[in-house]
Amino acid sequence: MNAFTGHLSAILAVASKNAAAVDQTGCFPNETLSALRQARLLGSMVPRTMGGDGVSLSAAMETCQALGACCGASGMILAMHQIQIACLVSHAQHHPWHQALLRRIAGEQLLLASVTSEATTGGNLRTSDCAPVLDGERFRISKEAPTVSYASKADVLLVTARRAEDAPRSDQRLIAVLREDAQVEVVGEWDTLGMRGTCSHAVSLRAEGLNCQILEEEFGEIAERTMVPVSHLLWGAVWTGIAGDAEARARAWLRRSMRQNGSTSHPAAYHLTEMSGLLRTMRARLHDATACFEAARGAPEGSPAQAADTNLLKVDLSEAALRVALLAMRVCGMAGYRNGTEFSVGRHLRDLQSAPLMIHNDRIAADTATLLVAQRSAFPRG
Amino acid sequence: METEITKIVLRSANLSVPDEELHRNSDLFALGMSSLATVDVMLAIENAFDVEFSNEHLCRKTFRSIDSLMSVVTELKQEQTSP
Repeated sequence: MNAFTGHLSAILAVASKNAAAVDQTGCFPNETLSALRQARLLGSMVPRTMGGDGVSLSAAMETCQALGACCGASGMILAMHQIQIACLVSHAQHHPWHQALLRRIAGEQLLLASVTSEATTGGNLRTSDCAPVLDGERFRISKEAPTVSYASKADVLLVTARRAEDAPRSDQRLIAVLREDAQVEVVGEWDTLGMRGTCSHAVSLRAEGLNCQILEEEFGEIAERTMVPVSHLLWGAVWTGIAGDAEARARAWLRRSMRQNGSTSHPAAYHLTEMSGLLRTMRARLHDATACFEAARGAPEGSPAQAADTNLLKVDLSEAALRVALLAMRVCGMAGYRNGTEFSVGRHLRDLQSAPLMIHNDRIAADTATLLVAQRSAFPRG
Repeated sequence: METEITKIVLRSANLSVPDEELHRNSDLFALGMSSLATVDVMLAIENAFDVEFSNEHLCRKTFRSIDSLMSVVTELKQEQTSP
């Protein structure tokens, strides 16, 4: 066992131990975050030159998948943190202020959160109403956000806003706000079916900072090239982890049942083949999509084909994961339905109900259909 | 061509600024055109000029401005007439 595997095992044990309590009480998984910090995993995607480990996206996905298998909310929190790191690394690491921030993230194990939703625009990532008010070298900003995950625990907030007060709603910039320069008031409850530990409350944000904290690149580019595809890949990894654990519980239940009955015949056993097939497809899709994403990184511009691919990945993985958890419940029967048993899959099922809703699959499917219409055949038509 | 493409952009790009603020070198994405709206613009241009964009043309660079759209349409027209 190498040092990383050892650290990861310790983190997974902490996450597993606390998963039920986090789910029941809707509290933030503080113990798991402490374990992640202790293992210095919050800076894992920060380049080595800035004090991080420079791990690849696929390595980060494996960690999120493993953590998601133990505690869905913890896996999603780490995924959301890594998405923000990926945005800073890909779009701001050569800017002195953001370079210094990345060094701090690695050195001090800072937690990053995203403030993209807005009361007046809902979940539309590509629209903002709030705008920074510039005053000399400094800015101040206010934003009413209906859903911000772990806002009160984050050390850095990446906030979307219009470029300026007179800019169109779609002309956005991303602003890195330090927690010490922000007032974060929780104004709404997060009493949900699943993913309860993400503490994605409604938040009223007041913040200020230096103008150089506003990323120079258009947010549209950052979203298209990094935030959206990396989100779909890391979310997909978490959902695959949750679904994988549900399937493992179903297998364990069947083994026990078959041992007790002295027979390998069980009326629900055939569901395992569908679950196993779905999981294999999910893992293969993740692997393929990660390779495509890495290959496209060097290209000067993204394309509608890539956007369609990454959208389809999100829709397909979220639906497949939910299907796996549903089948696990069918296999485990009352042992799966009841909370507190080693075969309980209620939490998995409830956590995964969020997957089709995180950027609603219906909206993504409609947009993807439009993107697919634009694509041309690779072969000449007669 | 400029007049026709400008009309298409005003009709299909769903810009969030007054019409008079649109110029041939304006950044259409900065003026509010979304990636999805580029498909509407593309289909309208294909219909108006009887051309078909290739997959290589389906990128932000093509749709960045009226100027860049005019360049692509000119290129596609030349390809049609070349032997």
